[in-house]
Amino acid sequence: MHKRAYFGLYIVIAVLAVLPFVLPNSFYLDVAIRMAINAVIVLGLNLLIGFAGQISLGHAGFLGIGAYASAVLPTHFGWHPLLAMIAGAAATGLLAAVVARPIFKLKGNYLAMATLGLGIILSIAVRNEAQWTGGPDGMPVPAFGLFGFELSSDKHWYWVIAILLSVSVWASLNLIDSPFGRALRALHGSEVASRVVGVDVVRYKVAIFVLSAVFASLMGSVTAHYVGFVTPNLADFFHSIELVTMVVIGGMASVYGSLIGAVLLTALPQALATFEGWETVAFGMILMICMIFLPKGLVPTLASKFGKGD
Amino acid sequence: MALLDVSKLSIHFGGVKAVQEVSFSIDAGIVYSVIGPNGAGKTTLFNLITGVYKPTSGEIHLDGESIGGKSPDELARRGVARTFQNLQICMNMSAIENVMVGAHLRLDRNLIKAALRLPSLTRRDAELRGEAAELMRFVGLEKYVEARADAMPYGALKRLEIARALAMKPRLIFLDEPAAGLNPKETIEVDHLVRKVADSGITVVLVEHDMKMVMNLSDRILVLDYGKKLAEGTGAEVRKNPDVIAAYLGAHA
Repeated sequence: MHKRAYFGLYIVIAVLAVLPFVLPNSFYLDVAIRMAINAVIVLGLNLLIGFAGQISLGHAGFLGIGAYASAVLPTHFGWHPLLAMIAGAAATGLLAAVVARPIFKLKGNYLAMATLGLGIILSIAVRNEAQWTGGPDGMPVPAFGLFGFELSSDKHWYWVIAILLSVSVWASLNLIDSPFGRALRALHGSEVASRVVGVDVVRYKVAIFVLSAVFASLMGSVTAHYVGFVTPNLADFFHSIELVTMVVIGGMASVYGSLIGAVLLTALPQALATFEGWETVAFGMILMICMIFLPKGLVPTLASKFGKGD
Repeated sequence: MALLDVSKLSIHFGGVKAVQEVSFSIDAGIVYSVIGPNGAGKTTLFNLITGVYKPTSGEIHLDGESIGGKSPDELARRGVARTFQNLQICMNMSAIENVMVGAHLRLDRNLIKAALRLPSLTRRDAELRGEAAELMRFVGLEKYVEARADAMPYGALKRLEIARALAMKPRLIFLDEPAAGLNPKETIEVDHLVRKVADSGITVVLVEHDMKMVMNLSDRILVLDYGKKLAEGTGAEVRKNPDVIAAYLGAHA
């Protein structure tokens, strides 16, 4: 930790700044944007899973709330997209807090179970409420504009999301190396030890769960506006698993691992498309090999190999 | 008035009466030891007083305030610190961060300020890092200031727990077998360390099996057996007590 950790941030910013000028065409730009969106979500999720040691299997559900808030509220009720995005995030935060409080009072890790259920309920809800959400076919999302300026081209979106990602990396690094972050890591390391030094464990778990859910919701809204269309797949259980896999492959409790995990797992399905029909098998094989040889995830394993440490 | 006053404290786990109607009081500034055979309820007693367990019945007063059944973080606020018999070190953190966590309640824990890395927070953190390094020196861990917790030997981790507890600036510290598993040389060092802690004005409550250390350090001793108070008094009094001799030697005196 410490100053060295922030060095990576400059690399991230440099890469993000150069990327649009070296990418050959808009397809790659689109992939880069999706990678960056996933990276922000995975950063939030890694704070919860990697740093605080609490597993959520329903994060795509929160993503879905944000995405559908941005689709439904402006379309059916004429809300301003920014207001819809904030409303989605607020609703997600509230829901996360209401669900998490009683769960964290229980001993043991019941969050995985509860979020699994919650995620499935949310994805069923958007599939079934067809009069609002368009059901399984999904629905179009109005464009996002602010102060008379409309975010329409991919280039615009790229810069907005690149800035979001850079700020998220910076904020995550800050958070980890702060009294709040230390308490979070301590309750993962030893819950009883953190309690006796005065950490209100339930409050901290709820706070980080709400924070990561709100991250997901906001990025769900961003995805919806960027793509211009939402489908229930966004809120799907498999998408939740995909996000958790990004955390695990990249490296638990590693900020840069989150980025690497998001980049690799967003790119991999595209790269494997040539396998035609066998891509899921290849995907699974790669994940298995990663877990066998790099059980701590890519970044932490490589960092300790080269004697650096994150 | 006593700093800590425990009266008729009991806890039952199903049918097991782990601690039964134990009463004692501890004056400020002394070293108070709790001894007894394995399974006598010493750690359970610690867990009750530090809020890890809630008592089935009985009262605990700290400085006149009833604290029975309060949560560990509420007790931490009132200056109660402890270490653990089975190490509770956060292996996912560096050694010095483990100590810094001890100062949790003395810091600004605001999430937003933390995410924005406000100068007031980083300044305080830098100060704290200095304080923590100082505490590590105090417990004899100066060479581990830059170390990762998971790279430290067992004996050093025992002291790291003490440093973390001291970072709370407690009034009362519970040390649960600080010398367990240590070699004779390390045991003597911990003996000196406990003395230093007591001399700094912190009231020490000690659970320890090393009798030499207990007799050497303690102002008063409480003897537990099968969850009940067997005897209480100075080292000399306890040593002469026939019940204590019977419990330890297994004789029917």
